[in-house]
Amino acid sequence: MLGSFDARSFCEKALDEAKARGAQYADIRIVNRDNEAIVLRTGKVEHLDRSSSNGFGVRVLVDGAWGFSSSPKFTIEDAMRVTDEAVRIARASAMVKRKDVKLAPAHVFEGKFISDFDIDPFDVALDEKIGLLRDADEALRQNDKIKLTDCSMRFWKFDQVFASSEGAYIEQTKVETGAGFSATAIEGSEVHTRSYPSSFGGDYAAAGYEFVESMNLVSHAEQTAKEAVELLSAPPCPNGDQTLILEGSMLALQVHESCGHPIELDRVFGTESSYAGTSFLTPEKLGSFKYGSENVNITADATLTHGLGGFAFDDEGVPGQCVDIVKDGIFTGYLTSRETASELGQKSMGSMRADGWNRIPLIRMTNINLMPGDWDIDELIADTPDGIYAAGIKSWSIDDKRLNFHFATEIAWEIKDGERGRVFKNPMYSGITPEFWGNCDAVCNDEQWRIWGVPNCGKGEPPQSAHVGHGVSPARFRSVRMEGAK
Amino acid sequence: MSNYRLMGEESLKALAQVALGHSCAEQTEVGIQGGYWALTRFANSTIHQNMGSENVEMHVRAVFGKKVASASTNILSEEGIRALVDRVVEMARLQDPNPDFVSLPEPTEQPRFAEAFSQATAESAPEERAQAVKALVEESDKVDATAAGSLFLRTYERAVFNSLGVNTYFKGTAASLTTVVTGPDGGFGYASRTRSDVRDIDPRAVGKEAAERAYNSRNPVDLEPGEYETILMPYAVATMVGALGWAGVHALPYQENRSFMSGKLGQKIVSEKINIWDDALDPRTLISPYDREGVAKQRVDIIKDGVASAVLQSSYTAHREGKKSTGHASGSNLIMAAGDASVEDMIASTKRGVLVTRFHYTNLAHLMTVTLTGMTRDGTFLIEDGKIVGPVKNLRITQSVLEALSNVEMIGRDVVMEEGVSAPAIKVSKFRFSSATEF
Repeated sequence: MLGSFDARSFCEKALDEAKARGAQYADIRIVNRDNEAIVLRTGKVEHLDRSSSNGFGVRVLVDGAWGFSSSPKFTIEDAMRVTDEAVRIARASAMVKRKDVKLAPAHVFEGKFISDFDIDPFDVALDEKIGLLRDADEALRQNDKIKLTDCSMRFWKFDQVFASSEGAYIEQTKVETGAGFSATAIEGSEVHTRSYPSSFGGDYAAAGYEFVESMNLVSHAEQTAKEAVELLSAPPCPNGDQTLILEGSMLALQVHESCGHPIELDRVFGTESSYAGTSFLTPEKLGSFKYGSENVNITADATLTHGLGGFAFDDEGVPGQCVDIVKDGIFTGYLTSRETASELGQKSMGSMRADGWNRIPLIRMTNINLMPGDWDIDELIADTPDGIYAAGIKSWSIDDKRLNFHFATEIAWEIKDGERGRVFKNPMYSGITPEFWGNCDAVCNDEQWRIWGVPNCGKGEPPQSAHVGHGVSPARFRSVRMEGAK
Repeated sequence: MSNYRLMGEESLKALAQVALGHSCAEQTEVGIQGGYWALTRFANSTIHQNMGSENVEMHVRAVFGKKVASASTNILSEEGIRALVDRVVEMARLQDPNPDFVSLPEPTEQPRFAEAFSQATAESAPEERAQAVKALVEESDKVDATAAGSLFLRTYERAVFNSLGVNTYFKGTAASLTTVVTGPDGGFGYASRTRSDVRDIDPRAVGKEAAERAYNSRNPVDLEPGEYETILMPYAVATMVGALGWAGVHALPYQENRSFMSGKLGQKIVSEKINIWDDALDPRTLISPYDREGVAKQRVDIIKDGVASAVLQSSYTAHREGKKSTGHASGSNLIMAAGDASVEDMIASTKRGVLVTRFHYTNLAHLMTVTLTGMTRDGTFLIEDGKIVGPVKNLRITQSVLEALSNVEMIGRDVVMEEGVSAPAIKVSKFRFSSATEF
């Protein structure tokens, strides 16, 4: 990580200092993050950037309260200074508390883990990466009504050490890769965008450059551009209650907003209430609340090999796990930390992650998945006499308890007599979370099931961006309130 | 213990000289920013997260003709800086030319005035931050409520140098205290202050404002969604003006015909009562005299007397139009002009309407009409016959900001800064609430 730097000794000194200063518990994370971004917009490489950030953060529990301090300076004196400041901050925290923090017990692990990838994306020649984006851009702009394109690749490599006063010492390396494009057709006041494979710059995975190669970007350009252009002359999506089939990337965001966030137990306990909000999934509902129909089965699974939300250990040294969140429609589990799990008399299921060395870990989604049902997508459409098939993420909004949501999608198609027909522009749908999932009457099978990577999940102050995943296959929902902007 | 950890202008210049001296690019830009931040978060009237962090990062942009690349690091040893420059030079050489790129900016005149540094903010200790939170919590205790929120202090310095002679340095501080107070009977109240000097924020006043709002909003009742006369408090208006910022007050979306301003310059787009401009030197915003290219920020009138007037330019977008940069390669400091009404005047003039304190999780459902969707939050009230009759449960809005600003009847006399935007309260003749929620 830093040449001959002795990370273990550095960590031990900081942890010894924390204990000597009265910490009941302490941990330290050393993080080195490299990332590369290439953005080609409408024929021009507008952004070519490589950045790296290194540092360490010390978290301590003193007098039943938390303190954290961090620095990019790696001398032993800095380790001592930063640790002392973390302890001082924790003692200040203890001035305003209603009860002491308690941590659920956890096994102590030592080990070294490297995520699964074939081709290190940082080793791939720059001209090869730019060349692929240029080919996609040119293919998109074959259609002369496409006025803007946005083709991008992003890569990350994380090298991280976690050590705790309980004796944990875990080294992890993770490589992440993403790519995609969007095409925008413009005519008068009509502006319409279609994306491939998804919005937010495409799709992302815990994988190497082989993930980009597997996307076959260029071969999807023509269809993507065609759909954007079709929207220019399409009628607005009709208003009223409709049967709605959601394609994968949009459904992944639906899972993210209406299930992933409300199961974060720190949010449930109110620690995000002034910022991102709380949750309707309060503890008395655990094990009995009807979250959705019997077709709805949701897991939180950090063990999916290439899921963007996967890892070997979280930032408290707890192993990544797979737990049931919704089983046959009943709400059965939370995303937890050692602190929040102890409030429920549980052990942590391992979902604490920090966005870099200078952030404190929070409960973050892992891979939150709607498990596959039995339906083939063509059979599902054939089984729908009258409905809407909507695809592509355009906008998202949900209330601060995660109940009332509103999404706009890039495109929709009318389903008439079991066939996908004309295109509608500006589709929007809204609802109340348990009613919406309660009206889920069909989920497609594992042949259509895939994991979508979301690299921009926001939470906390200062803002932390988490990389999370959602495995889904298309699903059908009855009686959904639809609108179409003109 | 001091939190004052700035390196100072001369030290940053020395670091930049290492990069500039090592670069063989035709043009080179070095941006350095660093400082210290401290954040105290609280919820359930308990400090649950309390942090400090220091960092210095260098960003280098290398140019060969029309080939441009950038890279950054926080490893600022001489070896680390040379490695950064070698990397970015290699990337720029391998890069494709961008025909729209002309040059890095030339030096600009010094800004007219810029002072935003407070020693008190820079030296604030963890115990002082905890005391401030304690004072705020005591106000929420008075209405049997709990407080959540954050006190966020930043001390920063930024310098930009380039091989054409740009040489800028600025140091500043910012302090923000934000709270949501939650009462036992479904009441929520919000209050927030942002200042350069932490001593200008009275935590008791912030706590009192939020606690009173939480007390007054207890036991909210259902209200049928629909169109209502609406009073939007400054926090909500700041979100709406901010939405105009996302939707296209910068030149890039304007040039690409995907901004609500595209093709509309010189045309009336909202009520003639509305004036919105960008001014990074206005003391009502967080002062920031230079953009990330080291260009001095100019005041730009974006909407003048309801007419679309101008967009914000970086050197890149300005060169495309043969214009000069307005210093907006990064950031915006939007300000909406105050009027002469009080909120009490607005309430008294309302037959049947809604008062909205703020919005939650807003997003643009339709770009060209700047149609915003989001929820009301932390204090939504029904007004009848010129009086507040009581709190209502939260409502979803789906409303064009341009349409709302076209229907403005009254503008408040006090401007509040929220999330980097400064705005007054307004009253609009109609505002669309599209659905309701359960709390």
